[in-house]
Amino acid sequence: MKREPQKNEKAGDVLLQEINEPHEDQTTHKRSVWNVVAIPLLAILTGLIIGAILIAATSTTVYAAFNESFGQGLVTAWNEVITAYQALFTGSIGDPARIISALRSGDERAIRSAFNPFLESLVQATPYIFAGLAVALGFRSGLFNIGVEGQLFIGAACATYVGYAITGLPTIIHMPLAFLAGALGGAVWGFIPGLLKATTGGHEVINTIMMNWIAFRLTEWLLSGPMNRPGAGGMPISPLIEESAQIPQFFQTPIRFHLGFFIALGIAWLVWWLLFKTKWGLNLRTVGANPRAAKYAGLNVAKNYIIGMALSGALAGMAGGVQILAVNRSMALGLSSGYGFDSIALALIGNNHPLGVILASILFGTLRNGATRMMVVSRIPIDIVDVLQAIILMFVAAPAIIRTIYRLRKPKHEEETVFVSGWGGGQS
Amino acid sequence: MTSVTHTVEHKKISEVSPTRKLVMGIAELFIAMVILFGFVLNSTPGDLTRFVMTPGGIDVGAMGDWVIPTRPTLIALTVVTVAIGIFQLVKGFGRATNGMVGLSGLFLIFGFLTWQAGGTSVNLAGMLASAVLLAVPITLGAFSGVLSERAGVVNIAIEGMMLMGSMIGALVGSITNSTWIGLAGAILSGLILSWIHAVLSIKYKINQIISGTVINIFSAGMTAFISQKYLQTNQALNNPPLFPRIPIPGLANIPLLGPIFFNTNVFVYLMFILLVVIQVALFSTRWGLRTRSVGEHPRAADTLGINVTRTRYVAVLLSGLVAGLAGAFFTLGSVGRFNEGMTAGKGFIGLAAMIFGNWRPLGAIGAGFLFGFADAIGSKLSLLGSAIPPQIMATAPYLITMIVLAGFIGKGDMPAADGEPYEEE
Repeated sequence: MKREPQKNEKAGDVLLQEINEPHEDQTTHKRSVWNVVAIPLLAILTGLIIGAILIAATSTTVYAAFNESFGQGLVTAWNEVITAYQALFTGSIGDPARIISALRSGDERAIRSAFNPFLESLVQATPYIFAGLAVALGFRSGLFNIGVEGQLFIGAACATYVGYAITGLPTIIHMPLAFLAGALGGAVWGFIPGLLKATTGGHEVINTIMMNWIAFRLTEWLLSGPMNRPGAGGMPISPLIEESAQIPQFFQTPIRFHLGFFIALGIAWLVWWLLFKTKWGLNLRTVGANPRAAKYAGLNVAKNYIIGMALSGALAGMAGGVQILAVNRSMALGLSSGYGFDSIALALIGNNHPLGVILASILFGTLRNGATRMMVVSRIPIDIVDVLQAIILMFVAAPAIIRTIYRLRKPKHEEETVFVSGWGGGQS
Repeated sequence: MTSVTHTVEHKKISEVSPTRKLVMGIAELFIAMVILFGFVLNSTPGDLTRFVMTPGGIDVGAMGDWVIPTRPTLIALTVVTVAIGIFQLVKGFGRATNGMVGLSGLFLIFGFLTWQAGGTSVNLAGMLASAVLLAVPITLGAFSGVLSERAGVVNIAIEGMMLMGSMIGALVGSITNSTWIGLAGAILSGLILSWIHAVLSIKYKINQIISGTVINIFSAGMTAFISQKYLQTNQALNNPPLFPRIPIPGLANIPLLGPIFFNTNVFVYLMFILLVVIQVALFSTRWGLRTRSVGEHPRAADTLGINVTRTRYVAVLLSGLVAGLAGAFFTLGSVGRFNEGMTAGKGFIGLAAMIFGNWRPLGAIGAGFLFGFADAIGSKLSLLGSAIPPQIMATAPYLITMIVLAGFIGKGDMPAADGEPYEEE
């Protein structure tokens, strides 16, 4: 941003810069890399330890072993946890032995299927990236978007509709069109609470949650009524989308790795560029950091809230769109496994930065993918992932706990990126 | 001089923002238009609407049917609602604004029923009875919110606490085969979760909304985990006894009111007892004054020797207690088994009821009844065979929540320090 001393807005511009770049000091920047990474890493570690305790505590074989002797119990508990976490690892990253033997044999199909667990983790991470970006962008603009789940459903419904109702288009037009329809649907669903916050002061936390439930009921009705697949026999499921609307997968089935992952990376870069390299993004972040100061600097706070919510909703809609166009290819009610709530954790663990969100998303995708295998091997319900995520989120949000456990020193300057408190929502 | 200050202060309290005045007036006129174009013009002249005034399966406190002419009733409703809307736009109702919007909403619902049942009959008393039951978790959730927010701690974890309470209630109730021990278990689980919320948000001062979200995600995951690991594999663990309907001698015989309020679930009685207890405790005891002062101005309270941290801990724990009780209603008072995610956003609607009810127990219960009634309509609708799809009708409580919230936040009696962690000096 250039300073133009002749203009009247000078004072406002200077204020904006002071708000946004208060400590632009290279030395602290370098030292803070460990500070940024330490808390999330230790939070994940602690989460996995607590998860291990949960696994051992709910296993009947462990109890049986403890009945025999205490040592036997400990050994069994350890084995049980190791088996489960091994399944988590091989199910999400891949079995090292299998990868090596496949590479030795040189058989192309064997190599592909050996790498499939990892590729599948990336498939699982793709909607997470979009959803995490949605929440992160919201936080950066001072908005707490709990409505990602609903925006995702509406986005998915719009993408599905464009995907099957329009026929005869070439892929190069149809696919982006369906994807953008998803984004637009999500944007509308985010715009409404944004507008309500800006004009009436209705808090986005309650309004987005209400919009979630409306979205669920609405899609339920759409899928069993207007968008019902002919001959589905009352099942709430949509028709299959046209082939021209599909986002291509790179390999043959069962490997589902698809172009959407790279679209997600591209969108993440776009969000980073928008937030940190444009005046628009600067305005959004200024309002997010301190709405009162932004008001004095002459920014239109209400307008920025609306833009922030709509963009956040658009990203959430893309999450639904990409899942339909690349993976599911038709819409059913069990579309999301709670991406909406998980994305809050993603944004916070990723420090509301697009790169952090990508890394956190790959972590969560890996966890969820591995948990599927863990469920098969150790009969541990996949919902343990939610428990782990809640615990990780708690530690990331309350670094003081992690610092107490691991005796870390408190950094001098702590960056606070979340500015949502009571129901006033920074409107004053 | 003093009198001037007084009038200014008085005006500030009863003032309703111009936006809200306008929005609510338009909403009321819109309701009137819906009644006019949706119902009056679509009704058959000369039709009679018959309301059955005794809930099914009850023989004490029976009452004759109530028969009204369909179209004239609807026209009367339109006229009154238009009058309310115009008065709201021109002069405004001041403090009664919420009540008037609520009344218009009731007219809309009543008009809809009158129109639906034109030429046939509908069991109004049965619907009211189920509305009261549906209002229980919402109202209790709102009470839970009132308790913690009056001390300045936002609690959006009510949903998670309710979900955990319903699961633990079912589990403990099934194991011990006792409704009361199950209820105790549910309350204990709410207490534990609220203690976590208190530690995170009071001691570690993390953002209260994030702390609540942590508990919500944790509860959703944990209840699903335990449900799949134990409740679904062993049905005996998910078969708790239900609280029976308890008629109150004498009162149960009152026509209409008897069957609805005095021959029902123990949770309804508990709800009314809590209404009185919380109202008195918050507004007529020293404890209540201290709690409210901590929610309004913690620094001043601290200066006067009130222990802010402890007061907030107590308030949040009480909030969790009530949320756990609300959760127990689902499994021990209503359904008789635990299903994943069975609270279905009732905790959040409870929060909206708290805001709509002006952070007061009496307002909360009124808002709770409104939402409960909207819910009852939605679930009864499929039986009536309406032209509106039941899924669309089921969005009504959520839509109403959003409409009543519009413009109300930051006004009313919201505790001034709501959501702000307190830094001791």
